[in-house]
Amino acid sequence: MTDGADMQTARRLRLPQINPVWVLLAVLIGAIIFMNPGFTQPTGYMNFLKRAAPLAILAAGQVYVITSGGFDLSVGSLITLVVVGASMLTNNDPAATYWVVPLMLGMGLGVGLLNGLIVCFLRVPSLIATLGMMITLTGLAFMWSGGAPRGYLPDTFRFFGRELIRDVPLVRFIPISVIVLLVVVGLLAWLMHRTNLGRQVHAIGDNPVAAGLAGVPVNRVRITAFMLSGLSGAIAGILLGGFAGVSTDVGSGYELQAITAAVLGGAQLLGGRGSVPAAVGGALALTAIFTLLNFLGLPQPVRQVVQGLILIAAVALAMHRRQQTGT
Amino acid sequence: MTEPVIEMEGISKSFPGVRALSDVSFDVRPGEVQALVGENGAGKSTLIKILSGVYHADAGTVRMHGKAVHFTHPVDSLKSGIAVIYQEFSLLPERTVAQNLFLGREPRGRFGLIDTARMRRETRDVLALFAAAGRIDPDQTVGSLDVATQQVVEIAKAVSTGARVIVMDEPTAALNEAECEELFETVDTLRERGVAIIYISHRMREITRLADRVTVLKDGEIAARFDDLPPPDAIVRAMVGRDIADFYAPPATEAEIGAPVLTVRGAGNDRLDGIDLDVRAGEIVGLAGIQGAGRVALAMALFGHAPFTHGEVTLDGAPVAFKTPREAIRGGIGLLPGDRKSEGLVLMQSVRDNGMLTSRAFAPLWGRAKRNRHTDETAMDGLLDAMEIRAASYDQEIRGLSGGNQQKAIVARWLSMRPRLLIFIEPTRGIDVNAKAGIYHLMRDLARDGAGILMISSDLPEVIGAADRILVMQNGKIAAEFPHGATEPQIMHAATGETEVAA
Repeated sequence: MTDGADMQTARRLRLPQINPVWVLLAVLIGAIIFMNPGFTQPTGYMNFLKRAAPLAILAAGQVYVITSGGFDLSVGSLITLVVVGASMLTNNDPAATYWVVPLMLGMGLGVGLLNGLIVCFLRVPSLIATLGMMITLTGLAFMWSGGAPRGYLPDTFRFFGRELIRDVPLVRFIPISVIVLLVVVGLLAWLMHRTNLGRQVHAIGDNPVAAGLAGVPVNRVRITAFMLSGLSGAIAGILLGGFAGVSTDVGSGYELQAITAAVLGGAQLLGGRGSVPAAVGGALALTAIFTLLNFLGLPQPVRQVVQGLILIAAVALAMHRRQQTGT
Repeated sequence: MTEPVIEMEGISKSFPGVRALSDVSFDVRPGEVQALVGENGAGKSTLIKILSGVYHADAGTVRMHGKAVHFTHPVDSLKSGIAVIYQEFSLLPERTVAQNLFLGREPRGRFGLIDTARMRRETRDVLALFAAAGRIDPDQTVGSLDVATQQVVEIAKAVSTGARVIVMDEPTAALNEAECEELFETVDTLRERGVAIIYISHRMREITRLADRVTVLKDGEIAARFDDLPPPDAIVRAMVGRDIADFYAPPATEAEIGAPVLTVRGAGNDRLDGIDLDVRAGEIVGLAGIQGAGRVALAMALFGHAPFTHGEVTLDGAPVAFKTPREAIRGGIGLLPGDRKSEGLVLMQSVRDNGMLTSRAFAPLWGRAKRNRHTDETAMDGLLDAMEIRAASYDQEIRGLSGGNQQKAIVARWLSMRPRLLIFIEPTRGIDVNAKAGIYHLMRDLARDGAGILMISSDLPEVIGAADRILVMQNGKIAAEFPHGATEPQIMHAATGETEVAA
C-alpha cells in the first residue's frame, strides 16, 4: 500500500458501466427471434414476459437478501405453501380471494420475518436457516393439504396470473401478471437504489462490522431484506397459482433459479453489491434460455443441467472479474 | 569507504498515464542502512519492484557489485542475494519455522531423505542472531507465532539464503512499541554482519534511530539525498515539499476550552477499572499506553460497543448509559475505528455513500437516500471537497483511494452528524505525512467548533504534538495525566508502570 499509481486503480475501479447481463439477454432474445419469428408479435413476447414474471419478481426480492450478505432458500417452498394454502382457504369460494390474497402476502412477510429473526438472533447462517425453513414449509404444505391438494383455485384468485387486459393500443393486450411485474419491480428497484434502506442493505452486506459501528441498525435492515424476499415469494406464488395447477411441487427449484438470476445480474455473492433491474434481467435471460431449450426439444433434466452450469459459470466469471479488479 | 553493493542509475519508469519514476539514482553499501522515504505514491515501491525484478525499468541500469544485472523475475534477484520483506509475509502458516526457512532447498541426507536434524540445527544457528531466538522453537508452526515473531522468521529466512541486500517495506506497520525496539536491534545485527539494508518508512523516529543515509523520493524524483543523518525536519520538508512548522495544529488556548462535554466517574467493566475522565469542549485529549492497556476498550465502552457495567457517565451534563453504538451516536458521540478496512469502511460502496452512511442510518428506512435531516448529497460533496479528498469521482468505490483519503471520508461521515464528542482511534495509521497534517488540523477545527476530542494513538510523537492533555492508561486504568508538552520518556515511563506504588 505504499505506492501504486493511485489514479490508475481509480480508473479501473469505477462502478460498473454496462452490465453484461443485458448483452446476454439481447443475444438470447435474438436467438429466440431467429428460431421463432412469431416472438416479435405481442402474443410471443407478452407470453414470454408473463411466464417470466414470477421468477423475475422472486429474483428482485432475492437480490435484497444476497446484497445484504445472505441467501434465501425458503422462497420456493413458500410459493408452494401459498398456492396450496390459497386453494385450501378459498375452498372454491370466489369471494374468499379478497381476504386470502392479503393473508398470503402477510404470510410471505411473516416467513421473511422469521427467517430474519433466526439469522439475526439465533445466529444461524442464512444458508442453513432458510434451508431449514424450506424443508419446514414443504412439510407444512403437505400437512395442510393432507397430501392431496385440491385441484383448483377460484377464477377470482387466478385473475392475477391468468387474465389479460385486451384492446391495448400498440401491444394489443397486456397480461395482469406483467403489470404486477412492472409495479413490483419498479417499487423494489426504487427501494434498493434510491432509499436509505437500499444503501444500508449494501452496507451491511459489504461490511457488517463497519456498518454497525457507523450506527446502521444491522438487524433491522437484515430482517427487512428477508421480509421483502418473503413478500416477493408470496406474490410469485399468487401469480403461479394463476397459471399452474395446485400441487405440492409448484414452487420447487424456484429458489435456486432466483439466486442464479440474481448472480447473472452481477449480484455479489456474500453481499455488498446487487441491482434489482439486473437481477430481473438475469431472470429474463434464464427464462429465455429455458425457452430456447424448449424450442430445441430438450427434456426437463437438460434444463437442470444447464441451469446448474450457468450458476457455476456466472459465479466463476464474477470471481474472475473480481480478481482482475483486485479485491 | 566500501563499494556499493547495489547501484541504480538513471532509472525511469512509466505506467499508462503516470510517470512513476524519472531519472532516479540510488545506491546502498554493505553494512549500512539506507532509508528510502517519501509519501504514498512517491515511487518507493516501484523502485524496489524494479530492483527485485517485478517491474522492468524503461531506462537506466542496475548494477550489483559493479556489474550490470537484468532481473526478469523476483527469483533471479533472490538468487543474486536480494531479499525483499513485504508487509505481507511469504511464510506458510501451517509449516514449522524450520520448514519455512528451508522451503525449496531442504538439506538432503541419506537416501535423498530430508535431513530434519540438520535443518533444525541450522535454523537454530540462524535464529541465534536475533533477540527473539529464545521465543522461537524451530518445530513450531509459523501460524502460531505473533506478527512480530513471524517477521523475525521472515528476516531469518532472508539471512539463511545468504542475502546481501535486505529490503524492508514499512516493517513496523503491524508492530507495537516493544516489538519495534526488537526489530531495530535485529536491523543493527544485520548491519554489523555487513548486510546492506534498504529501509522504507514514513516514521521519522525509526529513520533517525536506524538510518546511516537517507534518500527522499517525491513524485517519482529524488527530492533530497542525505549522506549523514539530517534533522527530522529536513527530511519531512523534503518529503512534503513545504515547511512543517504547522505540521501539528497549535494547542488550544485557555479561552478556547469550555465546559466538560464528557465526564466519567468510577466507571469500569471486565477490561476497565475505576475510570475517571473529563473531556472539555474545545479540547483534544490524547490517550496513550501500550497495546492492551485498555485504550480501545475505553473508547468502545464510551461508544456503547462494549459498555461500562458500572460507574457514571454524563454527556453535556446529562447522565447517559449507552448500550449500543446507535444509542451513543444518537446521544452525540462519534468514533473513527482504528482498523479502517475492517471496521470503518464499506469498501465496495462509493466515496459519497461512505460519507453518508451514518446520516442515512438515522433517517427513515424508506426515506430518499439523497437527502436526510443531517445532510444531503450536495452538502456531503461540499464536505468531501473541503477536506480535499483526491478521487476521480465521489461515485468511485472507496477501496481505490489512498488510506489518507479514506480516513477523510470517514471524518466527513461524522462531521455531517455534528457530534459533541468525537473519538479517533489511531487516526493517522498508514497514511502519509501531508494527509496526517490534514487530519491534525481537522481535529483542531472540530475542537474549536466546540466538540470534545478523544484521540487514541500508539504514535507517541503524535499524541504529544496533537493533544492538549495526555492521559496514560495501564492495565485498564488511567495511570497518569500530563499537560501539553510532556516528553516521550515521561509517558513511556507511566505507560510501562515502572514507577510509583503497585496498586
